[in-house]
Amino acid sequence: MKRIFFLDGSGPPFGHMLLALGGYLGGFDGNFLWNRIGAEYSTNVPVWSLRLLPALAGALSVPMAYQIMWELGFSHCAAVGAALLILIENSLITQSRLMLLESVLIFFNLLAVLSYLKFSNSQKHRPFSPSWWFWLMLTGVACSCAVGTKYVGVFTYLLVLGVAAAHAWHLIGDQTLSNVHVLCHLLARAVALLVIPVLVYLLFFYVHLLLLCRSGPHDQIMSSAFQASLEGGLARITQGQPLEVAYGSQVTLKNVFGQPVPCWLHSHQSTYPMIYENGRGSSHQQQVTCYPFKDVNNWWIVKDPGRHQLVVNNPPRPVRHGDIVQLVHGMTTRLLNTHDVAAPLSPHSQEVSCYIDYNVSMPAQNLWRLDIVNRESDTDVWKTILSEVRFVHVNTSAILKLSGAPLPDWGFRQLEVVGEKLSRGYHGSTVWNVEEHRYGRSQEQKERELELRSPAQMDASRNLSFMARFSELQWRMLTVRSDDSEHKYSSTPLDWVTLDTSIAYWLHPRTSAQIHLLGNIVIWASASLATLVYALLFVWYLLRRRRRVCDLPEDCWLRWALAGALCAGGWAVNYVPFFLMEKTLFLYHYLPALAFQILLLPVVLEHVSGRLCRSQLQRSFFGALVVAWFASACHVSNTLRPLTYGDRSLSPSELKALRWKDSWDILIRKY
Amino acid sequence: MPPAVGGGLAGSELRPRRGRCGSQAARAVGPDVATEATARSPKRPAPSSRRFEAPGRWALLALVTLMSFATRFHRLDQPPHICWDETHFGKMGSYYINRTFFFDVHPPLGKMLIGLAGYLSGYDGTFLFQKPGDKYEHHSYLGMRGFCAFLGALLIPFAYLTVLELSQSLPAALLTAALLTFDTGCLTLSQYILLDPILMFFIMAAMLSMVKYNSCANRPFSAPWWIWLSLTGVNLAGALGVKFVGLFIILQVGWNTLSDLWHLFGDLNLSMVTVGKHLTARVLCLIVLPLALYTATYAVHFMVLNKSGPGDGFFSSAFQARLSGNNLHNASIPEHLAYGSVITVKSARMAVGYLHSHGHLYPEGIGARQQQVTTYLHKDYNNLWIIKKHNTNSDPLDPSLPVEFVRHGDIIRLEHKETSRNLHSHYHEAPLTRKHYQVTGYGINGTGDSNDFWRIEVVNRKFGNRIKVLRSRIRLIHLVTGCVLGSSGKVLPKWGWEQLEVTCTPYLKETLNSIWNVEDHINPKLPNISLDVLHPGFPEIMLEAHMVMIRGNSGLKPKDNEFTSKPWHWPINYQGLRFSGINDTDFRVYLLGNPVVWWLNLLSIALYLLSGSIFAVAVQRGARLPAEVEGLSQVLLQGGGQLLLGWMIHYFPFFLMGRILYFHHYFPAMLFSSMLTGLLWDTLLRLCAWSLASFSLAGHVHALGILSLLLGIAYSFYLFHPLAYGMVGPLAQDPRSPMAGLRWLESWDF
Repeated sequence: MKRIFFLDGSGPPFGHMLLALGGYLGGFDGNFLWNRIGAEYSTNVPVWSLRLLPALAGALSVPMAYQIMWELGFSHCAAVGAALLILIENSLITQSRLMLLESVLIFFNLLAVLSYLKFSNSQKHRPFSPSWWFWLMLTGVACSCAVGTKYVGVFTYLLVLGVAAAHAWHLIGDQTLSNVHVLCHLLARAVALLVIPVLVYLLFFYVHLLLLCRSGPHDQIMSSAFQASLEGGLARITQGQPLEVAYGSQVTLKNVFGQPVPCWLHSHQSTYPMIYENGRGSSHQQQVTCYPFKDVNNWWIVKDPGRHQLVVNNPPRPVRHGDIVQLVHGMTTRLLNTHDVAAPLSPHSQEVSCYIDYNVSMPAQNLWRLDIVNRESDTDVWKTILSEVRFVHVNTSAILKLSGAPLPDWGFRQLEVVGEKLSRGYHGSTVWNVEEHRYGRSQEQKERELELRSPAQMDASRNLSFMARFSELQWRMLTVRSDDSEHKYSSTPLDWVTLDTSIAYWLHPRTSAQIHLLGNIVIWASASLATLVYALLFVWYLLRRRRRVCDLPEDCWLRWALAGALCAGGWAVNYVPFFLMEKTLFLYHYLPALAFQILLLPVVLEHVSGRLCRSQLQRSFFGALVVAWFASACHVSNTLRPLTYGDRSLSPSELKALRWKDSWDILIRKY
Repeated sequence: MPPAVGGGLAGSELRPRRGRCGSQAARAVGPDVATEATARSPKRPAPSSRRFEAPGRWALLALVTLMSFATRFHRLDQPPHICWDETHFGKMGSYYINRTFFFDVHPPLGKMLIGLAGYLSGYDGTFLFQKPGDKYEHHSYLGMRGFCAFLGALLIPFAYLTVLELSQSLPAALLTAALLTFDTGCLTLSQYILLDPILMFFIMAAMLSMVKYNSCANRPFSAPWWIWLSLTGVNLAGALGVKFVGLFIILQVGWNTLSDLWHLFGDLNLSMVTVGKHLTARVLCLIVLPLALYTATYAVHFMVLNKSGPGDGFFSSAFQARLSGNNLHNASIPEHLAYGSVITVKSARMAVGYLHSHGHLYPEGIGARQQQVTTYLHKDYNNLWIIKKHNTNSDPLDPSLPVEFVRHGDIIRLEHKETSRNLHSHYHEAPLTRKHYQVTGYGINGTGDSNDFWRIEVVNRKFGNRIKVLRSRIRLIHLVTGCVLGSSGKVLPKWGWEQLEVTCTPYLKETLNSIWNVEDHINPKLPNISLDVLHPGFPEIMLEAHMVMIRGNSGLKPKDNEFTSKPWHWPINYQGLRFSGINDTDFRVYLLGNPVVWWLNLLSIALYLLSGSIFAVAVQRGARLPAEVEGLSQVLLQGGGQLLLGWMIHYFPFFLMGRILYFHHYFPAMLFSSMLTGLLWDTLLRLCAWSLASFSLAGHVHALGILSLLLGIAYSFYLFHPLAYGMVGPLAQDPRSPMAGLRWLESWDF
């Protein structure tokens, strides 16, 4: 919105962009903080337009449910039933009325399924006609929109792909078609369902990065190179830095791994305590730590061991891979050193210190060999930001490493840095890169301190390619971890089916009007029941068919199987994976699965009335039952209405009456 | 003509195979059931062609077995010290010999067999197996190593026979055998006292018997059919009994059985009764028999281990009462709970442990900064609590006062004996389960506040009754908030020493989480009464042992900043495991696959996917293949498909596992991938020879190809054998080392 870079663990940018688009059209200037649930929106926030898109998506789901049923080959009656069920489902209403992404996701899920159905129906009559192409393309685009809204959209995409693959496999077996024809069909599908979604997905990121060109709160997670490509933030500092690190350069060194927090190599006047709490001794030399904030003590000077001066020659002598260097701490002019003394918190590694000559039998061991990890050749020059380097200690071949353990009070809670003796392979915690850099000019210590305090200003700039930025951003999005702690309203997937949980979204500041995410319990229960009935019937028919007893005519069976694959399959792929996820889960994660499950309900009902009810009497009896059941669903929906819309204040006794399950956390105000 | 070894696929050999596969191919085309009924035509090959081949086959099998045993037993006694996990499994073998109870995350069969082998070979169980590198000295360890090497050596004939059965081609089988014989990784893993050779033995045996019984399918209910079927069951039980990884082979056999049954079910020539018989036979042999055997291993396990040992605390009070030497065995403790007693409180839920506290505080930001209260599985003096009246702080052990028993419904205070803090709860969120309240240790020297008061209740008892040690199931209800003391079973992060969370639940549901029992009870003023109360039934013990194992397994999480092995490292042979020795003066053994074999396997999987899908599409398009090619494509699709499935089932689940993973977990999958390689290259070379049939040298293409592969593999083994048989001298980073040229990847550190 304000074009500030941000990073969200749950979803790719498309959904957020849609919300922002709604806001932008409504004239929202982005000056609202969104930090507290229940805060009143100030006048400059066009709530209506921000909420318009999710609501629109939610509303469009209803006719789409109708269309899907119709395309699956079921009667108008079943299609109207499906649409009505989606219409009166309280949880879907609540979710789409607020500025949330689930309804958008459900919309694209349904759109993908619908357009695939339209496509496969036109396949029979008019392959390669414009409408055939249109629906095929729309399937691909809708799939990538679903993935782009939330990653869970991937499951629906996979489902559609699976169904398409099964159909394509039958196509291959169809010997009435010529080889060339089959190849054309397969190619068209591959382009529409594999290539287009990837392209569209990349496009989202392209727009995302194009729009968010200013630095923001999540900068630090990203690498220095990525940050340097954003406006403001680090780019303001690094703009105009010299590229090649030379002897005499003044640099700050950032750890590449950045766990638990991104930090810079740091040292300060304080020394390691003579004796640690657990009785081990230390070298009592100056501490070297990793510090997560910018500080003048983060500056180091690269020094040639053979020479004394700390300034850059003219012309500068660049440092190359394999060179031996010393690192001088800028403010204290002590040299980075490691030796065979156990580190404070990781006793199996070596302590790293800035060497103070106590005139005891502990010689300075301050030579480091520079190892550029991402070099292209062995004579590569050490470059600012771009080069990832390791410092290998010459005497002990230990590697400078961030152990990540916070030091106790004597180390000001900064992070421990150690020399790792046995390094196995590449690991981010042993790799550093230069973030800020300038050529040192001042010979005298006093002047140098002044120089260190003044902000750096030089020239040259870099640009990261879009693909590099995309892959880094994508990787960070997938690996960034929000804390796994449990939330008050979090729940487990098992609670969802039985609706044993609820989420309070909003409570009126004064009255007890409130909005809850609560499902229509009649619909939930009957949808689960329908799934079970479907599964049993399906297995029964399958076994009977295997013994050549065909209860259903062939086309009816195919319709029944396809409906099941899409609806029951859609439910399963959107639900089962949550059992394997380790993040905090909420009831609203179930809604996409629920939308598919509700679609299955009329399928099963129509099947039962059409196929299993033999006599007219049975059929009309069943019809009456369905009507009664539907009326009760409407009644439940109406009863829960105050909690869905939050439009009416309820008395405590009414709220208590609505608390049908003990586990629903309905908020009752105490007066 | 192909040379002698290549004679296997001569026309007549393939016919029964093709007959069976033809039916399966028909099924792949679509649900066209009618064709399948006639397709199962058992034709025996002509006996005359067999007569000459049989001795050759046996000789080849003998040769393969001999090679395998020779490589596995060569330098078995080296190094004469503990290598890697021998320290665990050798120790556990000793426990069996000493009959000491212990706890391990793996099922008992493997360790029992090791113990048995040790016992039979004269090992007396006195060696301590403390840490890797300890010298065995006079202790006899060769029996145990020999047993593992014996099972490891049998893998190769098994693989040979499996591939022979699947492809009906001797060169393919021979290639497989060579791949496995000359793989340094398999060799290393087979030479030490580990569970893996035993596990792999059972997996391969199950695979072999499954393949054998598949090929008996045309003679159902005959003697060989029954034998192979029940052998499959036995080996499944064995695989599961060694490690839970055995589940994967069960999945594979289950899948195979299901598709087999599906096939039979669609055969309209068979009556429902016959199908029912088939089903019953499989249920009996593949479900009932393995379960019975698996249970039997546990029965033996519990029978043999009847002395108290290091694993006691993991199990419930009732369980411990079985073990001689445990303080609950024939326990004599005061029967009724009295004020002033020192007690331990154990959760009724399995594998949760004792109520525990220690001198560490909850970290900042997590509830109140008071002392942590957790549950802990091990016996520890921090598990001791003193039961006190809520309102007086007088010492109830004062001999002048009369003994006062605790009764159901009393208000009590539990004081932690070591830190003198009271069990306390308040309206703060619990650290992990946010809906519950936090439980802490509070107060100084037993003086706290009203939040320290708990009402003690016995489940299903009347008010006023005394509370029995061990037998009464009690609940502790917090007086002020009305919540129940419970354990959520979730593991606390590092600050809580990875012990389990204790909470106070406001939801008063009856669950095992909130039920406790008093286990130890010390009160000098009360007479000790012998209690021979608790005799848990065998099913309970089984269930409990499994709960404890599952908890233990999921507890094996990688520590922060530890370099762990990732599943994608494995097939590319990215990094090995140090079995023994680090420095250049040590005798070093490094578990690393022979890179030639492994990379060939990797290439083969890609090639297989490519060629397999080409054939599958061709079949689906209904292309008319020449007879010979069709036979080969069936071998590739059916036999290769089974092996590929085996590889996937034994490999991909590791990507989902949260526990700590090691390189050696890949080896069962590697067996399957080697078999696939053997089968694939043989088939591809035959195809090559067939397509070049117009040239004069065509017949030799196949023979030459197989021969060069065999020689290449053997040569690579010659190069890499020091990894397995041990090396001394400078490390490979050092250019002076003889291994320097062999360090093909920088991540190998031998």
